[in-house]
Amino acid sequence: MTGLVVIFSFLAVLALVLILGNLIAEGASSIDWAFFTKSPVPAGQSGGGVANAIVGTGIVVGLGALIGVPIGVGAGMYLAEYGSGRFGFLVRFIADVLNGTPSIVIGIVGWTFLVKPMGRFSALAGAVSLAILMIPMLARTTEEMVRLVPHSLREAALALGYPRWRTSLRIVARTALSGIVTGCLVGIARIAGETAPLLFTALGNLNFSLSVNQPMQTLSLQIYVYATGPFDEWHRLAWASALVLMGLVLILSMVARWVTRQRYGSIR
Amino acid sequence: MVASANTRLRLETVRLTALFGGLRAVHDVSLLFPAHTVTAIIGPSGCGKSTLLRCLNRMHELTPGASVVGEVLLDDLNIYGPGVNPVELRRRIGMVFQRPTPFPTMSIYDNVATGLKVNGKRPRRELDDAVGRALQQAALWDEVKDRLHTSALALSGGQQQRLCIARAVAPEPEILLLDEPTASLDPAGTQRIEELCHLLKRLYTIVIVTHNMQQAARVSDYTAFMYLGRLIEVGRTEEIFTKPKVEQTEAYITGRFG
Repeated sequence: MTGLVVIFSFLAVLALVLILGNLIAEGASSIDWAFFTKSPVPAGQSGGGVANAIVGTGIVVGLGALIGVPIGVGAGMYLAEYGSGRFGFLVRFIADVLNGTPSIVIGIVGWTFLVKPMGRFSALAGAVSLAILMIPMLARTTEEMVRLVPHSLREAALALGYPRWRTSLRIVARTALSGIVTGCLVGIARIAGETAPLLFTALGNLNFSLSVNQPMQTLSLQIYVYATGPFDEWHRLAWASALVLMGLVLILSMVARWVTRQRYGSIR
Repeated sequence: MVASANTRLRLETVRLTALFGGLRAVHDVSLLFPAHTVTAIIGPSGCGKSTLLRCLNRMHELTPGASVVGEVLLDDLNIYGPGVNPVELRRRIGMVFQRPTPFPTMSIYDNVATGLKVNGKRPRRELDDAVGRALQQAALWDEVKDRLHTSALALSGGQQQRLCIARAVAPEPEILLLDEPTASLDPAGTQRIEELCHLLKRLYTIVIVTHNMQQAARVSDYTAFMYLGRLIEVGRTEEIFTKPKVEQTEAYITGRFG
């Protein structure tokens, strides 16, 4: 039995190692200074980089997280602390349905409600689509994390004369914080790799752009275009972009873990 | 009633009934807790003693579906009367629970100070004094004075429970409610908490719920025996344990049931 479990966990890790190894083997050689500082060059030419996509990923994902994290975490807090009634049930049900919605459908929603009325593709529309994707995920993980906080801590705070809202924030949310942050990180990492919701919203952009009102390139869109393109040079860049995207997610989660490291301890 | 005429009354329940939905957990209890005494509430599991205790600081009503009929008088104030804010009331009535519940994200110092901070901002010096005083009252100061800013979770179970007592007394409440405070402690930890009861009653009026009759006999001045949600008998502790008037009480304290 133990042997079986060891084999399966080995297989799980093996998949990860293979992916990472393959990315490094195929992509590492294409990464140089220009890769990070230059925008793409016209097809067929060699050289150029993906600076526009790296910055674009930061903007679109950052904006998406800015919109999605407060709403998602807030909804999760509500569900855990006050969501025992019919409305809570409804919110939970909708979040579960949204969680199972294919991300390309979310992209179509973003196109219908943002791109079409605004008359153009934009980074903002992409960010909102990503936020919609992450909100139900965050709501459910936050709820789970908050529910793990023992009821006795709530009672102890209330018996000290804490108002209910302060108990929720100062004691319950604080105790669950590292779990909530981990949930947010998983959510951000997930949307950073999403392509489908951005296809009809952020669209992609071959030039360097900082305007959220304009189409914007992201690493995921870049990988999609380059990997499906006909040129070897593009394939090379797609591998390198994938490696960079994974590295970014890795750095992000390490930084956030360091920032929220627990001084005293928590439930996780 | 058990109080002599010259004892200043601190807490009294008047025909108090506590319900969970339609279920009566406490039935028509009138009980006096004289000032600066320890009153023990004893009785078998499920007799409503913890529920009664939770009515005294309005914690009972936080359970969904729970309600209270009757009055609880803190001096002459009916704490269930109109205009009484339960959140502010709980700052006047401290409570310690069965299991130690230090806040895991706070240091020892912050655990004790947090009940004061929730009452409004205070100067650092004042907080330091109050934290030191509370920890001394809880007989924990000597053990933690050199590590006030380390995790409260590193303390032993008995120390954690004394920390919870320090946390409860730091805001200087008038009443201290102890809900089986030694249920999860070893004999040494239990003894320390019991010694504390004797010291703390000079400062507070103490109500202690306990499963343990020896404990009630050791720490309390008055003992109330409850059974099936009703108050069966109350009196001076030595009288309850030596010559109870009601047969049920005698049966319980001699171990024939419960």
